[in-house]
Amino acid sequence: MKHEEILHRCFRCGYCKLPSNYTDINCPAYQAFRFETYSPGGRMWLLRAWLNDEITNSKRFAEIMFSCSACGNCVEQCAFPKFKELLLEVFTAGKEAFLDAGQVPAPVRDYLTKIQLHGNPYGKPGKKRPEWAADLGIEPFSDQEYLFFVDDVGAYDTRGQEIARSVAGILQQAGISFGILSGEEVSDGNDVLAIGETPLFEELARKNIDVFNQKGVKKIITLSPHSLHALKNHYPGLGGNYQVSHYTQLLAFSMGKLKLREKGTKPCITFHDPCYLGRHNWDYQSPRMILKALPGASVVEMDRNQKNAFCCGGGGGNFFTDILSAEEDSPGRVRAREAARTGAELLAVACPMCAVMLEDAAKVEGLENRLQVREVSEIMAEYLVDG
Amino acid sequence: MKELIDRLKKIVGERFVSAESEERYLYSMDMGTMPPSVPDLVVMPGSTEEVSKIIRLANEYKVPVVPMGGGLVLSGLTRALKGGMILDMKRMNRITEVNPKSRYAVVEGGTSEGMLQAYLKKHHPELKHSLPDAPPIATLAGNVCIHGSGHLSVLGGYHSDMLNGMEVVLPTGEVVRTGSCSVSSDWFGKAPLPDLSGLFMGWAGTTGVVTRLGIKLYPNYRYSDLLIFVCEDAEDMPDVISRLTSTQVAEDMTPWMTPIPEWAKGFMHINIAYGAHSKEELTFKRNLLQMSVKEYKDKKIGGFLPMPPPQKARYMQIPTPDLVRFADVRKGGGFEYVGAIMAIEHFAEAYRAGVEIAERNDVSYSMGARVVGAGHSMMFFYAYAFNRADKEDMARAQRALEETNAAALEMGGIPWKAELPAQQQIIEKMAPDTFALMNRIRETLDPNHIMNPGNWERT
Amino acid sequence: MEEIKFDPEICNQCETVDCLMKCQYIDFADVAEAKTEKLKINAGEHSRVLDECLTCYACQEYCPYDNNPFYLLVERQEQLGLLPAPTPIVTEQLKMMGPKGRIQNEAVSPPVVNMCAFPMLTGCVRGKLFEGASVIVGTDIFCNIMWLHFAKNSTIKERVPQMIDNIMNYYLKDSGVEEMICFHDECYGTYTSVAPAYGIEVPFKPVHLFDYINHRLDELADLITPLNVKIAYQRPCSNRLIPQTDLVLDEILKKIGAERVPRTYDRETALCCGGVPRAHQRDNLADELVEKNINDMLDVGATYCIFNCPFCMATLGQEVAENGIMPILISDLVQMALGE
Repeated sequence: MKHEEILHRCFRCGYCKLPSNYTDINCPAYQAFRFETYSPGGRMWLLRAWLNDEITNSKRFAEIMFSCSACGNCVEQCAFPKFKELLLEVFTAGKEAFLDAGQVPAPVRDYLTKIQLHGNPYGKPGKKRPEWAADLGIEPFSDQEYLFFVDDVGAYDTRGQEIARSVAGILQQAGISFGILSGEEVSDGNDVLAIGETPLFEELARKNIDVFNQKGVKKIITLSPHSLHALKNHYPGLGGNYQVSHYTQLLAFSMGKLKLREKGTKPCITFHDPCYLGRHNWDYQSPRMILKALPGASVVEMDRNQKNAFCCGGGGGNFFTDILSAEEDSPGRVRAREAARTGAELLAVACPMCAVMLEDAAKVEGLENRLQVREVSEIMAEYLVDG
Repeated sequence: MKELIDRLKKIVGERFVSAESEERYLYSMDMGTMPPSVPDLVVMPGSTEEVSKIIRLANEYKVPVVPMGGGLVLSGLTRALKGGMILDMKRMNRITEVNPKSRYAVVEGGTSEGMLQAYLKKHHPELKHSLPDAPPIATLAGNVCIHGSGHLSVLGGYHSDMLNGMEVVLPTGEVVRTGSCSVSSDWFGKAPLPDLSGLFMGWAGTTGVVTRLGIKLYPNYRYSDLLIFVCEDAEDMPDVISRLTSTQVAEDMTPWMTPIPEWAKGFMHINIAYGAHSKEELTFKRNLLQMSVKEYKDKKIGGFLPMPPPQKARYMQIPTPDLVRFADVRKGGGFEYVGAIMAIEHFAEAYRAGVEIAERNDVSYSMGARVVGAGHSMMFFYAYAFNRADKEDMARAQRALEETNAAALEMGGIPWKAELPAQQQIIEKMAPDTFALMNRIRETLDPNHIMNPGNWERT
Repeated sequence: MEEIKFDPEICNQCETVDCLMKCQYIDFADVAEAKTEKLKINAGEHSRVLDECLTCYACQEYCPYDNNPFYLLVERQEQLGLLPAPTPIVTEQLKMMGPKGRIQNEAVSPPVVNMCAFPMLTGCVRGKLFEGASVIVGTDIFCNIMWLHFAKNSTIKERVPQMIDNIMNYYLKDSGVEEMICFHDECYGTYTSVAPAYGIEVPFKPVHLFDYINHRLDELADLITPLNVKIAYQRPCSNRLIPQTDLVLDEILKKIGAERVPRTYDRETALCCGGVPRAHQRDNLADELVEKNINDMLDVGATYCIFNCPFCMATLGQEVAENGIMPILISDLVQMALGE
């Protein structure tokens, strides 16, 4: 297994379980299950025990491995600077070893199979990908400045489609020149990679890179931070070099071009940092710049924010596999309760997965009358003066 | 066993019981050198009532119960030596009360040090509690129960001295309270009642499960500072400590002696932390501390390290991850230490013994101490790093630990949170009637011998 | 070992004894008293000056004859065993700052910037100002001038030649580079003032950071946006050894539109940052120096306090910031003007 030489160096001190201000458990899997085994340190020790033949790769062990949402909190908080950066790579390598050994939880297998067969985890045909954009008048990409890349959730999930439409609308209003693909593209592969299915990721990435290159794509705006991460940080290794930004990064600097109006209300907003925009790509400011620029709006922070943000539980394929589901201890529900405690009436998100996860969570928690989960672009849209 | 598991699941919920091999493996050991001992299952209670039910069930099945907090003791006290169940208490992590006027907090038995620190910072910035040098996931209850000490120990003594009272589930399942909370709704202290808290502190979980505790809080200062005193002669240390503590202004005083980095080898350092409400007060306190050891400065044999504020910040971080980083000294993820509680005057002797043992066993070491009270005693520690992947190296560290425990006892000290072998060494030296009393108390409290059996027993 | 270059005859004939009369920290009744003390020092006898000296280097600048009064004073302190700081403080720092032998051969290309023993500041070497620069850093090339504060001329004499060898053999020689930019002006002071006074040969050409920046600003003139800010300059002790460079700073500040506001404690009357007196266990004096410096900066309405010495900045920076003045290294200020 890759990086197995560092497994025994984990002391299991538990810094990885917490945010830097120690307010609460900040590892989604450990929060959900509470056994030491589900903490990053637990995984390190179990993997070592497995490689030393002290335990077997049981079904439960597989669940422990695949419950990791790759949120990166452990990397951020680990006390050992000499190997902390490798933690997620270790877990990915561990998952890869489980895949190789054929010990994979059923939902993970289904998820991967669907992507393998259809290029997306919904098992829907590729040509349905651009359906979200029907009637919006968005041109297919030809020679526009940007390609707007919409992930699987934005393309196929009803809620995701709304968000994709909302973002596209704002890009249009901001006068940004962009086009979209017509279904030749496939899943960005980000979470496939986090799950450790590297060959499938490479296949997906190569397909997308071929499409991008054929169309002469140079600059890409992504709807999802997951796509941002894959396209920006992993595609270059496979020959796909583009200037990639999350849509909030582009809009944060285009706010001057948009006409904003007073809305009459002065909403209090709390922002949930998506792991792949925040911890994985160190941008905590773009979405906040947008929200703070909205006339009359105020932004309050949750105890865990920015590099300490608590993951919604949707990463690492968990959005589809649902391994992290744990009743009231589910990360999404914990996060929704935390957002409600700020007193904010709006919980702003900047990722379609976070949007779905937290919306569902807020509903189950019975918070929908107090706390609305809205995507940043949707909140923004209400302030835009048409034209 | 299956029946027991089913009944446990009914008590705490399906999700919080496991007899799977993964949990049994991981909960069989801690990060120290003690060999693994596999539990039959792990249970995570969510309330005092659940703990009580679990304990009653354990009595029914005569199954051992090992309470565990952060599991960071390093000396293997939370291993299931005779099988049974590990009671992972960390789901019980609510902070139920903070009394700012009488300065105490009441927390559940699985509440972590870090969580209380964060809570106070947010809701009561004028208050703080004494954090041990453990990682922030360590629990308050666990630390109090082992007589831990921390960054306010010069001010307030051992963490067990800062205890105001407890709620404990007895080995037979009854829920008792000790301290003022047994009579009043306020958790202000242990006086004036018979001090029953002593039945649960230092007993390594053999007398009950702490489900709630009240601890003292202290003023949090707006300004804080740190001095580092340096000298070269260990013989000077008791006098230096005595002078510095006589000023009664320090919150924490931690001597340290380490051969890594190389420049520090052979030097005695004392970190002295203190705080104040104003800059004037801070300067005044600094001057008092400096004046107390002026003689050393005048003789040019000791003084304070010059340290600009940015450099100091690292030493003032509480808790500091620097300490666990010692585990990576041999790139092997492990260390364990002997913390010997002893009288201050043994400092030089303790230091020399440490250097000798480390060199004889060829182990990477770091030594230090925490002064407790106004120089009333100290916890002198000898930490040895080892490579977890190298059995020989682990054995070397284990040997060094055993020799250190013997040496500490020899000079009149007592190993703290003693590992099994050290418990034996202590029992050997203990007044026989005292040990007999311990056994009578245990017999009374725990007729079925279910609470962390194997500990505090003569083999 | 060579003696310090010094001519007693110059002192015998000196009528002003500027080296002591201008001292900001030791008072003398009159020139006659100062002269008596100075002659005692010269003769290797005990003088109260040897006990009271703050080791601020200023007398090196005050002496109109460049007769190395400070280097001699340090020599005498050591000879008479008058350590300004407790022994363990000095011996531990001697070990801490000693060469570790971790240096490795490395190809460098100009400009080569010597960051002395400040690895945490290597990030300062960036942007257009330092385009293409090679950075060298570490205790194996530490200038070792700090021992002037601790009566340890012997260490300087022992270690400086070693450091010079390291710089040449591990970096400059094989790469055919002859110039080295000293980010910290203690290094420049070492190679251009201490070395000749102590008879140590320097085979490369040291370039002061100010000279480098000043020259670069001419090349980058198009990029400069004048800052229009008032700055207070905390002139460090090491600059006393190389006062000619202080004028270059004026040129730099002019080019970037920063006004060096006249302070009570600048130029020849610059006041110690307070760092060294703490090592000498004179904290109350250090407190007083900090307070005087800060009040002085506030009095002149400075927005920025610029530092040339990272140690001064570490010592004073926090206090400066708490008083609403922005502490900043000179190179960073220049980079601001360059829009970086």
